[in-house]
Amino acid sequence: MAGAALLGRLSWQVAEVVEIIPETPTVRSIGFEVPGWPGHRPGQHVDIRLTAEDGYQAQRSYSIANPAEDRRVVLTVESIPDGEVSPFLVGELRVGDRLELRGPIGGYFVWEPGNGGPLQLVAGGSGVVPLMAMTRANAAAPGPIPTRLLFSARTFDDLIYHAELEALAGGSLEVSYALTRSRPPDWQGYDRRVDFEILERSTWPPRDRPRIFVCGPTGFVETVADTLVAIGHPPGRVKTERFGPTGGPS
Amino acid sequence: MSEPRHLDGNSVAALLQDVFAADVTEHRGCCDHCGLVSQVATVVVYRDCPGHVLRCPGCDSVLMVLVTTPGGVKVGVGSLRWIEV
Repeated sequence: MAGAALLGRLSWQVAEVVEIIPETPTVRSIGFEVPGWPGHRPGQHVDIRLTAEDGYQAQRSYSIANPAEDRRVVLTVESIPDGEVSPFLVGELRVGDRLELRGPIGGYFVWEPGNGGPLQLVAGGSGVVPLMAMTRANAAAPGPIPTRLLFSARTFDDLIYHAELEALAGGSLEVSYALTRSRPPDWQGYDRRVDFEILERSTWPPRDRPRIFVCGPTGFVETVADTLVAIGHPPGRVKTERFGPTGGPS
Repeated sequence: MSEPRHLDGNSVAALLQDVFAADVTEHRGCCDHCGLVSQVATVVVYRDCPGHVLRCPGCDSVLMVLVTTPGGVKVGVGSLRWIEV
């Protein structure tokens, strides 16, 4: 049971890179094989630790992008300019490389199809990663929960998973996009930062009692969460996770 | 508009698990200063390496400070009245 894995302290494990998937010009997904991985739930994250030859260690957190699979953990990492860890993960890491990982971490920002819905996901930039784990788990479930995803990014190129989301959309999943900096000429989505009107038009209304998950940079998350409460959602139904300037939740 | 520097309790989930040997992000804690009871995932966290400062989301008082040292995590308790573990 995944819940049991959250008991006890976390120990570092060696993980081997088994797959690398380019997502956007600055983002890629990295699949790891982790012997003895206890399993995870959509929304959880892991810590990654890199050790230099001189012993210097750097540690960051990254959200897990894949639903639970045996021993396999997929992280989607955005390369942050001047970052200490992410440029290595995105630019240097190769299949067959090994690094240290610990997890799964966190039990609050988690949703599984058995938790019910409807489900409302609101993503800012790479904050889409844990929400994608929820979306993928839902798509694979026997009776998918009706889900709406509102995804805000700077430009079209920054829409991680866009092709996969378009393929999944329809049926139980509705996806709306907001591009804040620039748009393709034939852009049909929203053309500004997420605001009251966008949230009111593209998310479940309070009467449907959605379970809401908001993930992204701190300013984005707080604006969206405050606006959802202003629209009438109970604060306790709006779960938030703030991403730091390092790209991960720490 | 500059991006706010703080994060939330999700970002210290692993550190708190080092301390309590369980995930406590869903659990509640109470601020002794203002009496607010909030889930650990919703506290305000400032990261100043190697330390993390956990503040009350209601009154901003310091609930707890976590400092990673070579010997483990050092815990400073501020206005945290109680925490469910």
